[in-house]
Amino acid sequence: MVDKLSGVGVSSGVGYGPALRLTRDVPAPPADDRHGGDAEAEYRRAAAAMEDTAQDLTARGERAGGQAQEVLAAQALMARDPALADDIRKRVGEGASAARAVSEAMAVYRQMLAGAGDYLAARVADLDDVRDRIVARLLGVPVPGIPESAEPYVLVAADLAPADTAVLDPDLVVAFITREGGPTSHTAILARSLGLPAVVACADADTITDGTPLLVDGATGRVLRDPDPDTVATARATADARAAAAAGTSGPGRTADGHPVPLLANIGGPADLPAALANGAEGVGLYRTEFLFLDRADAPTHEEQVAAYREVLAAFPGGKVVVRTLDSGADKPLAFLPPPAPEPNPALGERGLRMMRRFPATLEAQLTALAEAAAGTEADLQVMAPMVTDVEDVEWFAAAAGKAGIENAGIMIEVPAAALRARHLAESADFFSIGTNDLTQYTCAADREIGGLGRFQDPWQPGVLELVAATATAAEAAGRPCGVCGEAAADPVLACVLTGLGVTSLSMGAAALPLVRAALARSTREQCRQAAAAALAARGTDEAKRLARERLDGLADLGL
Amino acid sequence: MAERRVTVESEVGLHARPAALFVEAASKAAGTVTVAKGDGTPVPAKSILAVMGLDVRNGDEIVINVDGDDAEAVLDRLAEIANAG
Repeated sequence: MVDKLSGVGVSSGVGYGPALRLTRDVPAPPADDRHGGDAEAEYRRAAAAMEDTAQDLTARGERAGGQAQEVLAAQALMARDPALADDIRKRVGEGASAARAVSEAMAVYRQMLAGAGDYLAARVADLDDVRDRIVARLLGVPVPGIPESAEPYVLVAADLAPADTAVLDPDLVVAFITREGGPTSHTAILARSLGLPAVVACADADTITDGTPLLVDGATGRVLRDPDPDTVATARATADARAAAAAGTSGPGRTADGHPVPLLANIGGPADLPAALANGAEGVGLYRTEFLFLDRADAPTHEEQVAAYREVLAAFPGGKVVVRTLDSGADKPLAFLPPPAPEPNPALGERGLRMMRRFPATLEAQLTALAEAAAGTEADLQVMAPMVTDVEDVEWFAAAAGKAGIENAGIMIEVPAAALRARHLAESADFFSIGTNDLTQYTCAADREIGGLGRFQDPWQPGVLELVAATATAAEAAGRPCGVCGEAAADPVLACVLTGLGVTSLSMGAAALPLVRAALARSTREQCRQAAAAALAARGTDEAKRLARERLDGLADLGL
Repeated sequence: MAERRVTVESEVGLHARPAALFVEAASKAAGTVTVAKGDGTPVPAKSILAVMGLDVRNGDEIVINVDGDDAEAVLDRLAEIANAG
């Protein structure tokens, strides 16, 4: 067994602790699995497993709170269902093992729910989860889901889904390792938002067994199995030095020779402001406004919108606040903006600006609220549209923004066609902001949600860098600012490369700001340009990373 | 044995939170509690899986039957849940 594993480091920091796996698959008990003859004892085993499961689900719900608690409370009721228990008792009485009886009895209800309406069909997953939990206890295998632990641990998984992380206790996880995923995967975004180290696309993750001590370096992507104490101490010292160096660099973002690169925060609402300010954000580079619109039957009122926007604008007097207009579509459906037809491929469907062109009154209301919110503050409001494809899109959005009184209206560059024709789009857009997550997804034709395509979900792909370069060059020629607001900006080495490609500002999750600030402060603009040229000339992601890093000597003391 | 017919006014029918509250309230009753959709077959109201399986939606009529001394109080509580939310 190799002691060194490697993957892609997507959230810096060093974590050390025992591995615990997130398990999903519980083996199905064989069809002819029978108990030894004592039906009463076998039924007591089943009943105990059901009650333990119900108590575990209830406890998890109490920790999670909110909507997750309601789902978990309903699941606890399923585990305690008296009709289900009667059915299981009957099957055990006929000789079936406890695990087999649970499995068979629940299959009856599963079929009933799956055959009913859409809402109930969605509950089938909840029921399956309850079944897996009870059966796992009866078979003595790990219970699926986030592991239970009193001690801090390294969470190892094939991949993480939002549902897994809803009940995750961030105080108990010291690092994440996943077999699948890339820099834009849910795991990467979650880890960065929690400030925890993470390594994704770790091909050998499946060979890690529960309890093995692991040393995880989220900056380099290296994982050591059962390291000796000196190695752990050295790694921790490097991480501490890195954190100290990052903390020791303050002020606005700039290269070693003083070229300014404003460092901005990506936020989802006013709740993210304290972290942005604490990490020295100079403004907001991406304000996602979806939170105002999701999970409700009607559009938010004018007053509600003005209040939410003004709270963010007021936090950055004199600073830039870039607001992205509502980005909804088949993947983020809204009750009051129904997608026109079922979309087999929502990423390529009517989303972002495409949806707003179908519902122009919603966009008009948002733009009007933004203009009014900016009126009383000193922030520099900039508004941008997501999912812009061609000149017609830009002209339409610029006209709508102008009509609402928005002075600075730009566009996101996420679609390869927009990047390739940036010189024409710059005629009507006041600025560009490159959304590298979607740009990578569309350039490499690799759905962000599909774990098995992690290799393509990497903004270091030279094809993606080429489009960033084309966009930045066109913006410079037209005298337009060109920022990056995707996860790429949070990678300190890539941040230097983006600067070298001509990107003029970087926006990221707040936790990434200090290390990116430190990396820029240790590199001259010329070094950034050389790193960018080397990365563009590379034949693949690994070569691009290596060649770029070789040209950025100053990053050595950051342990990168 | 007491019976009551109720038109479900809960927006999500007897699904999600109302279903869980309904079953929890029924489980507190001393005797047997059943619920049927319209004139359909009654199912045990203490079983979340059976209640969800009825697929009761907003506007459906349900028939609740309760055994025992506390029958009227249980009916009041169940009818209240079916009409809230």
